[in-house]
Amino acid sequence: MSGDWSFWLREHKGTLLAFAAFVVMFTIYAANHPAGLNANVATTAANKGVLLAIVAMAQTLVVLTSGIDLSVGMVMILANCLASSIVVGSTLTTTIGVVVVLLVGCLCGAINGLIVIFGRLQPIVTTIATGAVYYGAALALRPVPGGDVNTQLADALTGQLPGGVPESLALLLAVVAIVWVPFRRSAIGRAAYAAGSSEVAAYMSGVPVNRAKFVAYTLSGLLASMAGLFVTFITYTGEASAANGNTYTLYSIAAVVLGGVSLFGGSGSAIGAIFGALMFRTIGDLLFVFDVEPLWQPLFQGIVLSAAVCLGAVRLLRIRNRLDLYG
Amino acid sequence: MQGVSKRYGGVRALQDADLVIEAGRIHAVLGENGAGKSTLIKIMAGVVTPDQGRMLLDGKPVSFASPAGASAAGIACIFQELSLIPDLSVADNIAISNPPRHLGLIDRRAQRRMAEEALARAGADNIHPLALVKDLSLSRRQMVEIAKALARKPRILILDEATSALTAADVTKIYGVLKRLRAEGLALLYISHRMHEIAELADECTVFCNGRSVASFAAGTRTDNEIVELMIGREYNAVFPAHKQRAVSGAPPPLEVRHLGWSERLNDISLQVRAGEVIGLGGLDGQGQRELLLALFGVLQGTTGEILIDGRPVTIAGPNVAKRKRIGMALIPEDRKTEGLMLPMSVRDNLSFAALDRLSHWGVVDGAAEQHAVERIVRLLAIRTDGTAVPAGSLSGGNQQKLVIGKWLMMAPRILLLNDPTRGIDVGTKQEMYQLLRELAENGAAILFYSTDYDELIGCCDRVLVMYDGAIRRELIGPEITERALVSSALNIGAEARKAGAPQTAST
Amino acid sequence: MAEVPSAANRSGRVIDKVGSMRRRIDPALAWAFGCIVLVLLIGSLYSSSFLSPQYLLQQLKVASFLGVIATGTMIVVLLGQIDLSVPWVVAVGGMMATAATGWGPLGEAMAIPVGIGCGVALGLVSGVGVAFLRIPSMVVTLATNAVAQGLMIVHTGGFSPQDSSSPAMRFLATGNTVLGIPNAVLVWAVVGTAAVFLLTRTTFGRTVYAIGNRERAAYLSGARTRTVVMMAFALAGGLSALGGVLLAGYASKAAQAMGDPYLLPAIAAVVLGGTSILGGRGSYLGTVAGVILITLLQSILSVMQMPEFGRHVTYGIVIIAMLLIYGRGRRPAE
Repeated sequence: MSGDWSFWLREHKGTLLAFAAFVVMFTIYAANHPAGLNANVATTAANKGVLLAIVAMAQTLVVLTSGIDLSVGMVMILANCLASSIVVGSTLTTTIGVVVVLLVGCLCGAINGLIVIFGRLQPIVTTIATGAVYYGAALALRPVPGGDVNTQLADALTGQLPGGVPESLALLLAVVAIVWVPFRRSAIGRAAYAAGSSEVAAYMSGVPVNRAKFVAYTLSGLLASMAGLFVTFITYTGEASAANGNTYTLYSIAAVVLGGVSLFGGSGSAIGAIFGALMFRTIGDLLFVFDVEPLWQPLFQGIVLSAAVCLGAVRLLRIRNRLDLYG
Repeated sequence: MQGVSKRYGGVRALQDADLVIEAGRIHAVLGENGAGKSTLIKIMAGVVTPDQGRMLLDGKPVSFASPAGASAAGIACIFQELSLIPDLSVADNIAISNPPRHLGLIDRRAQRRMAEEALARAGADNIHPLALVKDLSLSRRQMVEIAKALARKPRILILDEATSALTAADVTKIYGVLKRLRAEGLALLYISHRMHEIAELADECTVFCNGRSVASFAAGTRTDNEIVELMIGREYNAVFPAHKQRAVSGAPPPLEVRHLGWSERLNDISLQVRAGEVIGLGGLDGQGQRELLLALFGVLQGTTGEILIDGRPVTIAGPNVAKRKRIGMALIPEDRKTEGLMLPMSVRDNLSFAALDRLSHWGVVDGAAEQHAVERIVRLLAIRTDGTAVPAGSLSGGNQQKLVIGKWLMMAPRILLLNDPTRGIDVGTKQEMYQLLRELAENGAAILFYSTDYDELIGCCDRVLVMYDGAIRRELIGPEITERALVSSALNIGAEARKAGAPQTAST
Repeated sequence: MAEVPSAANRSGRVIDKVGSMRRRIDPALAWAFGCIVLVLLIGSLYSSSFLSPQYLLQQLKVASFLGVIATGTMIVVLLGQIDLSVPWVVAVGGMMATAATGWGPLGEAMAIPVGIGCGVALGLVSGVGVAFLRIPSMVVTLATNAVAQGLMIVHTGGFSPQDSSSPAMRFLATGNTVLGIPNAVLVWAVVGTAAVFLLTRTTFGRTVYAIGNRERAAYLSGARTRTVVMMAFALAGGLSALGGVLLAGYASKAAQAMGDPYLLPAIAAVVLGGTSILGGRGSYLGTVAGVILITLLQSILSVMQMPEFGRHVTYGIVIIAMLLIYGRGRRPAE
C-alpha cells in the first residue's frame, strides 16, 4: 500500500504546496508579531481570511469545470445587501432571512449555469454581464449603505469560541464539511472535474456534463451568498460597493491560482483555494509585521502574486516536446 | 444494422449500411478513412443518431439517445480518440459512468476493486489504479481504455483502431485478451486497416467503401488484393512513378544526422539523406519515427547528437529557424487539421502563411505577390477549391493535405520531412502526391518520409530505414524493399529483441 | 499532374468575389449596427436632441476613450487571450503623463510618450509571462494589474494625484480642430486605421489571427509566435495607457482607480462586435460598433433617467441577449 501514498501526493500536489506555503508564512507572521498572537488579533485576521476563503471556494467550483466566474463578487454584494434587510428580528425571521439569502445565491449561480450550458456562451462574458445585473439588483436594494442585521447571530459567528479560537474558522470548517466534501466525493462532483479536464472525453464516456456544470455553478452561487452573509455579520450593514465586488472577484482568482487549482479546469481542490486565500491575506499582515510602510504593501502584494504565478512556469523546465506547450 | 444512413451537412457519411454481428465471433470492418466505419460505430455507441435505418439488438429494434443508452444496452466502444479524462485516476476513469456508491458518495474502495478486476481482465495488471491518466504513456492509456470498456461487462465490444497506439508487446497481449473474450461469448467488432491483424484475429469481415457496406465474407476467403479493390472500389493499380538513378555528387548531403538521441524515445540515430533521395522510415507504429521528424525540425527540446546541413553542424531551435533559407527544411505534420492548417482561415491565408516573410516588405504583406503565388500553387497542385477566399475547413481531406504541402512548397524547401502524409487521403490524391514527391526529388530535394503504408514505402523510396525502439535497426536499399522484408524486419526485430532479453520500449 | 484549364481559373476568381462579398456581411456586425440604430431611435423618443449632431459628436468623443482601450483589448482577444490589467495600466498612463508634465518643460513635451511608454513596458511584462513562461494570460495580467496598482499607490503617496495634464493632453482630449470634430475622435480614428492596417495587411496581423485560430499550426509553420504574442500585449498596454492619457487630458488630471470602469466595457464591446472570445475571428469594424453601442446604451439609460440600478441591469441583459443571438458556441457532439 505504500505505493498508494505517492499517487495521493501526486493528485493533491497543488493543495499541499499551498498548505505548506501558508503554514510557513503564518509561522513567520505569528513569530514576529509585536503584540504576540492574541485572540483578538487572530479573530480579526481570521474573519478577513475566511471571507476571502469562501469566495475563493465559490470561484473554485466554477474554475474546476474550466469556466471562470467574474460575477462572484457581485453575488456576494447582492447577498450582503439583501441580508442587511431581511436577516433581522426574531429567531424565526432571521432564519427565514438566512435561507432566502442562500436561495438567492443559488438562483444567481443557477442563472449563470443555465446561460453557459444552454446558451453555450463563454463563461467569461456571461459572468461579466450577469455580474452587472446582480450588482444592479444590489443597488436597487441598497441605494445607500444602511440596513441592519441580527446582532446576536453576527457576533456569534464573528467572535470567538471558548479557548480563543476564532468562530469564523469553525464556520469555514462547517462550510467545507457540508458543501465541499460531499460535492467532491459524489459522482456529480467527479463529473464536474471530468467536464473541466476534457469535456469531449467526458461526453463520450457518458458523464452528465450539463448536470455537473449546473450543480457547480449553483453551489458557487450558494457559497458566494454565504460570503455575502458573512460580510453583513462583520460590518453590520449592507453596501452596494462595486469596487469591493470587483476586488473580491479578482482576489478570488488570485487565491484559486495560488491554491494550485488549474485555470484550465479538471484539477485542484477548494481546500487548496482556501489556503491560497489565507496566504493572500497573510501577505498583507506579514508586510505589516515587518514594518513595511502601508504605502508599499499593495506593491509587495502584487510582486508576491507575480512570483507565485511564475511558479506555474516551472513546468516549462520539464517540457521535452514543445508541441505540448501549444495545446 | 439495417439500411443505416447519416449525413453531415452536404456530406453523406453512411448510405444504406448493413452489418450483422454474432456472439462469440470477431467481426472485422475494413475500409479507407472516410468510408463510413467511424460513423457507423458512433451510431452503435449512441454518440450520434442515424437519419435512416434501424438497429436490432437480439432481433428487437433499439435506438440510443446518448452514449449512456448504448452502454446500458451492453454495447461498449473503444474509440480512436480516447475517452479518458486526463486529470482523473485510472480507477476513476474505469468507473466513470456508473461508480459504486455508498450513502450517495462514491465508494472508493469498491471502485478500486472494480478497477483492478477490469485491468486484470484487459491484461493490464501492471497499471496502478490510482495513477493519473495524464501521467501514463499513450500505450498504457489505450490499455486503460480497454479495461474501462470491459468493466461495464458488455455483450458487444467495439474496437476502433484500438491497437494504433500500442507498443508491440501490448499488441500481443491484446490479441490474447480478445481471443479470450471471444471464447467467453462476447461479440467483438474490430476496425483496423492492418491486414496482418485481421488475418490473426477475424472470423468475419465486412468492407466499407464510400459510406456503403460493399461486401461481407468469412475471413480467409478473399485475397489481400481483392480486399483492397473492394476498399477502393476499383481495380487496384497503384502506379508509382519510376525511380531515376541520380548521379552521386561529391557535395556533402543536405541532411546528415549523427548520434541523435532524445529522452528515451530516440536512441543514437545516424542517417544521411542525399539530394534527390527519398528515404522512408519504416517499422511498427510508435517506434520513434514521428519523434525523429520532430527532432529534426527543432520541436523537441534536449536532443543530443548532431544535425549537419550541407556538412555543417547546425542548431535548430525551432521551426522558424528550420525554415530559413540556410537550412531550408519543411515538415508536413501528422495531423493536418490541428497542426498543418488553421481551418477557419482562408485557403489563401493558409497557403501563404509559412512564406509570409518572403511575400512582404518590412512586415507589410504584398497582396498582389501573395495572390499570384497562391494561385500558382493552387494550379500546380490542382487543388480543388471554390476560390482562394473560402475557409480551408471547407475542402476535402485530400485537398487540405495539398494545402499543407502547398504552403511549404512556397518556401522551395531543400529538405522535406513528411509525417504520414497520405493518411486518410483518397487514392486519386495519393497518386498525385507520389508524382509530386518524385518531381521534387528529381529537382534536388532531400526527402525523409514516414509512412504506415507499406506500398508507399516500396513504391516511393530509394532506401527505407526500419526503426524499432527509437533506433534504426535495418536499412533496406532499392530492390531489397519488399513488403515481406518490411513486415518481417519490423516484426522480427521486435521478436529478436525480446528473445535476446533486450529492454522493452519505455512504456511507463 | 493535370493542369487546371484557364477558364476554370477565371470563373474561380468570379466565384471568389461573390463569395467574399456574401461572407463580408458578418451577422454579428449586422446585429451590432442594427442595435445601434435601434438605440438611437429609442433615444430620440425620449429626447428630441438625442439625434442632434452635437449630441452624437459628444457621444463619439466619450466613445473614443473606450474605443482606444478596446482596440488593445481586441488584439489580445484575437490571440485567444485576455488582458485584465486594463484598469491600472490606464491609470498608469494618466498618472505618469501628468507626473511628467510636472517635470519641467522637457517633461511636459514628453508627457504623452512617457505615459504610453509606461503602458508599453507593463504590457511587455505581461507579454513575456504569457508568451515565454506560458502562464495563462488571465493570471499574468491580473498580477501585472496588481503590480501597476502598487506602483501607483507608492507614486501618489496614497492620495489623489495632484499633477495636472499638459496642454497637449488637454488639446487631444477636449479640442476640436478639423470641421468641429473632437480631437479625441480623430485620435481614435488614427488608432483604428492603424489597427485595421496592422491586422489585415501585415504579417503581424496575419500571425495574430493564426495564433488565435490554431497556435500549434502557426508554430509548426515557422511563425515567430512568441514574439508576436509579446508584441501584442505590449501594444495593448500602450493603447490602454493612451486611453489613460486621454482621460487625464479630459479631466485635466488623473484620478485613483480611473481605469476601473473601462475593463468590463472594453471586453463587452469587443465581444459584442463579433470578435470571438476564443480568438481567431473578428473584425475591427465590429469593435467600433461594439464601442459605440455600449456608449450609446450608457447614454440612453441616463437620458431615460433610469435610476442607476436599472442601468446596470439593462446593460447586463442587453449583452446576454445580443450574445445569445450571435455569439453562441457549438454543441459538444459536433
